[in-house]
Amino acid sequence: MHGFTGQLLRVNLTQGTHTVEPLREDWARDFVGGRGLGAKYLYEEMDPTVDPLSPDNRLIFANGPLTGTNASCGARYMVVTKGALNDTITTSNSGGHWGPQLKFAGYDLLIVEGKAERPCYLWIYDDQIEIRSANHLWGKSVWDTDDLIHEELTVPDASIACIGQAGENLVRFACIMNDKHRAAGRNGVGAVMGSKNLKAVAVRGTGGVSLANPAKFMKAQWAAKAKIKADTVTGTGLPTFGTAVLVNVINESGAMPTKNFQLAQMDEAEAISGETLKDTRTLRNKACFACTIACGRVTHVSDEGQHRHTISTSPKNWHVPGEGPEYENTWALGADTNVSDLDAVLKAAFMCNEYGLDPISLGSTIAAAMELYEDGVLDDSITGMPMRFGSADALVTMTHKTALREGFGTELAEGSRKFCAKYDRPELFIGSKGMEFPAYDPRAIQGMGLGYATSNRGGCHLRAYTVASEILGVPEKTDPSITEGKAGLVRAFQDISAAVDASGLCTFLTFGITLEDILPQLTAATGFDYTYDSLVQAGERIFNLERQWLFRAGFTGADDALPKRMTDEPIPAGPTAGAVNRLAEMLPEYYENRGWSADGVPTDAKLSELGLETVATLAPETNAADDREES
Amino acid sequence: MPEMLRIEPDKCTGCMQCELACSYVKTGQFQPAMSLIRVHIFDEHAAYTPYTCFQCAESWCVTACPVNAIATDPDTGAKAIVEAACVGCSLCTIACPFGTVFLNPISHVAMKCDLCGGDPACVRACPTDCLAYADADNSALAGAWTGKLAKQVQAAHAEAYGDA
Repeated sequence: MHGFTGQLLRVNLTQGTHTVEPLREDWARDFVGGRGLGAKYLYEEMDPTVDPLSPDNRLIFANGPLTGTNASCGARYMVVTKGALNDTITTSNSGGHWGPQLKFAGYDLLIVEGKAERPCYLWIYDDQIEIRSANHLWGKSVWDTDDLIHEELTVPDASIACIGQAGENLVRFACIMNDKHRAAGRNGVGAVMGSKNLKAVAVRGTGGVSLANPAKFMKAQWAAKAKIKADTVTGTGLPTFGTAVLVNVINESGAMPTKNFQLAQMDEAEAISGETLKDTRTLRNKACFACTIACGRVTHVSDEGQHRHTISTSPKNWHVPGEGPEYENTWALGADTNVSDLDAVLKAAFMCNEYGLDPISLGSTIAAAMELYEDGVLDDSITGMPMRFGSADALVTMTHKTALREGFGTELAEGSRKFCAKYDRPELFIGSKGMEFPAYDPRAIQGMGLGYATSNRGGCHLRAYTVASEILGVPEKTDPSITEGKAGLVRAFQDISAAVDASGLCTFLTFGITLEDILPQLTAATGFDYTYDSLVQAGERIFNLERQWLFRAGFTGADDALPKRMTDEPIPAGPTAGAVNRLAEMLPEYYENRGWSADGVPTDAKLSELGLETVATLAPETNAADDREES
Repeated sequence: MPEMLRIEPDKCTGCMQCELACSYVKTGQFQPAMSLIRVHIFDEHAAYTPYTCFQCAESWCVTACPVNAIATDPDTGAKAIVEAACVGCSLCTIACPFGTVFLNPISHVAMKCDLCGGDPACVRACPTDCLAYADADNSALAGAWTGKLAKQVQAAHAEAYGDA
């Protein structure tokens, strides 16, 4: 095989064994790789109704065929598993250098099964595989773990994916960090890893990635790269400001959720904007492997800010530069909580990286707690400290306590849905399928509401980033306030994004180039004869497969829903005042467009068209359904 | 020599495309472990830099080689391994003070940057102009190492050795 290595590494932690298996070439062709291929293996190999924290859950790290190549932004791998936060299939994407190292070591996928008796880490050095004790690493942060493992390895240049204390403590939204600063962030993939007593996977590969048609690949690669350099977003905006440039853009559009989605604009947005970040805290930009865009930020807390909020036990986030923040964590930790202290936001963001915590779910859960506190449902005797909106102290303290499951942090560690349900205010959980929404108010951007509701992993902006079209005008501008045409738009974004994710490339490419530019790189690398249409169909196949997994796990079309605050409480002020999300106008058309029944079930005809099996059990009654209270 | 490889570390984003390009032209695969230019990440200093052979005027590797298997390219001035003559003794890899000569683990002959005969692939691939193939007599280079990385190194030196 080309592009692919043609093999996967399977590690059984219960038995302490590993095997190298040939990759299913037919699956690789039909599901493209990465997100799609990982989903296919997950679908075939595990019972979707198991507890995500049980040894029966599978943890898959999946490279795409273009991971490790010079296709622009060929850095990406996907973590595919059953999410600990919300029981959905989760496909969590990360960049940095880890995926390429796994590819150079010779593996397209790493599948982790079972549970180790004691904390361990995996060391993969080409064909030498070791399961090593991690007793001395348990309890250490991501940054300390990375440093310590590097000291133990006999070779330099290894890349390490690991969990921090949050994953060890099974915080429901713990994440997996690689290369210290990059994250497979959402759905609690870090808790899954922690439940297996797997602290880290260190990998160094000295092999290479071969291409089916090198000359054709290089030609396509150069052409795409020229476009990426020339485009304003990928060539100038992102490298200069990073994604934080969106703070002012989205805020001015009246779409930046504030105070747990009560408002859609933040008064003091300027204080945490991308421009302020660039002018006052940014040291430089940084790239992932093979990336021409280089949107990464390297920032630091100001000297003056280092002495405020003195609670953290880890000194690193005060003195050493860290990566980020991005728009999402700036929003969740700053706007959703209404905290305008940029140093506090940075500190919390770095702590999330060091502890291995998803800042989106964290910020949203803290915001819900702040609303409950201001409503009088919570008080100091429960929380341990005042938790009003805007409190930088509460933000930083609760980040720390949640990661370590200390005090009130133990409650926040369950995520917003369970937390709000516990205090009989389930309507304050702002998310879908159990996962908190990211940084776009769906009342102001209609298509995003449909995307959130129909995402296979819950509240996610990346499955269908229609903001690109509805706000930024890429590829074409649509009106965010209307519902017409959004069913088709969301479907197109979902299918194309699935194909891009599966190829091992970064979503941000698609601001500057399209699937038409990616297609020749993919065919030249793999030798598979995709056409534009067959590649989009592969994306559709992936999306439908994920949905089938969801149905077998106990989800139904009724879970394609939005919280009442989004559909029934109009935005109170600003340019989008009066808006709600009109999901009911879009969902039926979306189902029809997708070839699903009126209940959102993929029809046999559609499944056959995609070559997917028609599964009779698409509406099971399981324990999983009873545990989920959807608002 | 008319031109040389010029590296400006402040512009490096750590993307590794130079390593990919070099390994590609040498092996036909994307294989950074076989690249002759390597990017160093100084994470805590937010600094990254590629570096490779300095093409020394009086080369340590040439001096060390017992079989005269390293020759100077008359067009570029680059020091290039003559593979047919190399016996794989690895003395050059030890002699180089910069560590930029390597032993190919498959073929057991030495490998090092040879400036691709005058059109370095790494320069073509670099997206930020960190790498350039430029006029060696360019006087703008003199005293050019005043960038951020230089200042940090100077500060660390002063702290360690007490130069106030």
